[in-house]
Amino acid sequence: MTQARSMLPRTRYGRIGLALGALLLALVPPFAPSYYTELGTYAMISAMLALSLQLLVGCTGLVSLGHAAFYGLAAYTVYLITPANQGLSILITLPAAVIAAGLAALLVGSLSLRTKGFFFLMVTLAFGQMMFFLFHDTKLGGGTDGAFLSRPILSLFGWEMQLNRRQRPMATYYVALGLLVAMYVGLVLLLRSLFGRVLEGIRVNEHRMQALGFNTYRYKLAAFVIAGLLAGVAGHMWAMHRGFVNPELIGWHRSAEALLMILLGGLGTLHGPIVGALAYTGLTELPQVMEEWKPFASIFNSIGLPKVGAFLQPLSERKLLLEGIVILLVVLVLPKGLSGIGMPRWLRDRIGGRAPARMTPASAAEVRPNG
Amino acid sequence: MDFPGLLAQLLNGVQYGLLLFLISSGLTLIFGVMGIINLAHGSLFMIGAYLAFLVARQWGTVWLALPAAVVGGILLGLLLERGLFRHFYARDHLDQVLLTFALILLFEEGRSLMVGNDFYSVPVPALFDFSVPITSGFSYSAYRFTVIGICLALAVLLFVWIERTKMGAIIRAAAEKPEMVDVLGIDARGVYMAVFALGTTLALVAGVLAAPLYSVYPNMGDGFLIISFVVVVIGGLGSVSGAFWSALVIGLVDTLGKAYVPKVAGLAVYVLMAAVLLWRPSGLFGQQRT
Repeated sequence: MTQARSMLPRTRYGRIGLALGALLLALVPPFAPSYYTELGTYAMISAMLALSLQLLVGCTGLVSLGHAAFYGLAAYTVYLITPANQGLSILITLPAAVIAAGLAALLVGSLSLRTKGFFFLMVTLAFGQMMFFLFHDTKLGGGTDGAFLSRPILSLFGWEMQLNRRQRPMATYYVALGLLVAMYVGLVLLLRSLFGRVLEGIRVNEHRMQALGFNTYRYKLAAFVIAGLLAGVAGHMWAMHRGFVNPELIGWHRSAEALLMILLGGLGTLHGPIVGALAYTGLTELPQVMEEWKPFASIFNSIGLPKVGAFLQPLSERKLLLEGIVILLVVLVLPKGLSGIGMPRWLRDRIGGRAPARMTPASAAEVRPNG
Repeated sequence: MDFPGLLAQLLNGVQYGLLLFLISSGLTLIFGVMGIINLAHGSLFMIGAYLAFLVARQWGTVWLALPAAVVGGILLGLLLERGLFRHFYARDHLDQVLLTFALILLFEEGRSLMVGNDFYSVPVPALFDFSVPITSGFSYSAYRFTVIGICLALAVLLFVWIERTKMGAIIRAAAEKPEMVDVLGIDARGVYMAVFALGTTLALVAGVLAAPLYSVYPNMGDGFLIISFVVVVIGGLGSVSGAFWSALVIGLVDTLGKAYVPKVAGLAVYVLMAAVLLWRPSGLFGQQRT
C-alpha cells in the first residue's frame, strides 16, 4: 500500500531550489544559441504535458495511456480555427484549444473512469487511438502528413507584439516558461486544497474515501478534466512553437513518453515530471553531444587503450542504447526517480533545511545557541 | 463480396488470431501469476522473427529456427526471470513498465547492431510453399494452414498443462487469488520460472512462425504488443481461455475490417475494446481485481 506523502517540496531549500531552477531556465535564451532556445521550448512543452498527467498518475493514482489525445486535440483545434494566412490572437486560440481539450476529457473520463487499474489504462489507450485514427484516416486535419498553420500571435486588445523571425522563438520560450510556472503554482494550490487532499486519499485508499462519504467518481472525473485542460495548454503551445500539427501528437507513443518522463523524474513529487521532461529531452540530445566531443575515444586513447575507445565510442552515439541504459539505471538505482536524488544527509543537516514543525524541543534547543 | 474471398479472409483472420493467442497467452499468464506488466513481450516476438530470418539466411530453411526458439526461449525466460523480473514482483506496476520499456530499447538496439534497420523478407519453407485447392478456383496457402495447425496444437498442450497438471492448478490459483497460494505455503518460485520460460518461448515461437508471413522489420514487436494487450484485457487479465477467444475475435475483426472497410479498420479493434470494457469492466472472462 502506498504511503500518504506530500508531493510538494517539504523544506525551504526545496522551494528555493525550484525557484532557482525557474530562474536558470529564464536565463537560457539570451545566452544560449537559438537551437537550445527551441529545444528548451520543446522541453517545457513536454514538461507541461507530463505535469498535467502527474495530476492523474502521481496525485490520484490513475494511470492513463491516452493523455496525448487532449494535447493533440488542442493543437488541432488551433489549426482548425485559424484562417489560412492570418494567425489569430493567443487570447482566442488558447481558451479555444483548452476548452476543446477539456470537453474531450469530460467525455473520455466519464466513460473510462467506470473501469479501474490496468483496464483504465487500456480504455484510455483505446480512446486515444480512436482520436488518433480520426485525424489519421480522415481529411479533417491534413490526414497522415499533418498540416501547417499560422502561429497564434501575441496580441492584447488591438495591440500586437511585433516580432521578427529571430525574436519569435525567444518570445515563445518565455510564454512557455510563464505557463509552466503558472501551471506548477496552480497545481500546488490545488493540491493544498481540500480537493487535493481528497485526490490523495483516493490514491492511497479509495474505499476509505467512499466510506467517508466522498463521491470518488466525481472527484476523479474533475481531476481527469483538469488534467485534460492543462494538457490542452501544452498542446496549444506545441502549435504555437512548431506551427505544425500531425497525428503523431495524439498517438500512444506520445502518451507513453509523457508517462516515461513522470517515471524518470519521480512519481512522488509534483516537480518530478518537470525534472523528468527536461532530463528526457536532454537524453535524446546526448548522442549528438557524444558524436561531437567523442569522450570515450579521447579518454581511452590518452590512457593507451585505443581499441576500447574504438569499441565504446560508436556505442555511445546510439540513441536507444543510451536511453535504455539510463532508464534501466534509474529504475534499478533510483526507485524514486531523478527527483528522489536528495542532498547528502550531512549537508542537509548542516544547513538545517528541515521544516520547523518537525523539530523536536531537544533539537530546537541544540540549534538555538548557534543562531 | 465473393464467397472464396470471404473464406480466405476468414482463414486469415483465424490464423492471425491464433498467432495473437501465442503472444497474449504468455502475456496474460505473466500478468496473472506474477503481476508483471511485460512491455518487452513484443520484443521477444521480434527476437523470434529475427531468429527465423537469421536461420533462413544461414541455412536456407526456417525450420531449424523452431527448436532454436524453444531452447533459446526457455534460457532467455529463465535468465530474465532470475536476473531482473524476480526483483520487481513487489515493486509498483509503473516501475515494471519503466524496466520493460528500457528492455525494449535495449533489445531493439541489439537487433539494430546485429542486423541493421532494413526490411527483410523470410522465405516460406519449401515443404509448404504451395497452395491447397479447396474449391475450384480457390486455394489457400499451405503454410498458413500449417501455422494454424501448430498454433492449435500448442493451444491444446497449454490447456492440458494448465487444466490437468498440478503446476497448472497452482498457476490457476495464483492467477485468481495470489494471497491464497502464499497462505497455503506453496513455494511459487519454481512456478514463476516455469511461467516466465513458457511465456518467452511462446512469444519466440510466434515470432518464428510469423516471420515468413509478415517479414521482419524494426519495431515490429510494437504493433503486436499493443494488439496483444487488447486481447489480454478483453479476455480478462490472467485468463488463458479468455485470451484464446478474444484473440480469435480480434484476429477476425481486424482482418475482415482491413479487407472490407479499410477506412475504419484501425479504429475497429479499439472501439471493440472500449465497448467490451464499458460493458464488462474486467473483461469477458476476468474477475474484478483492484
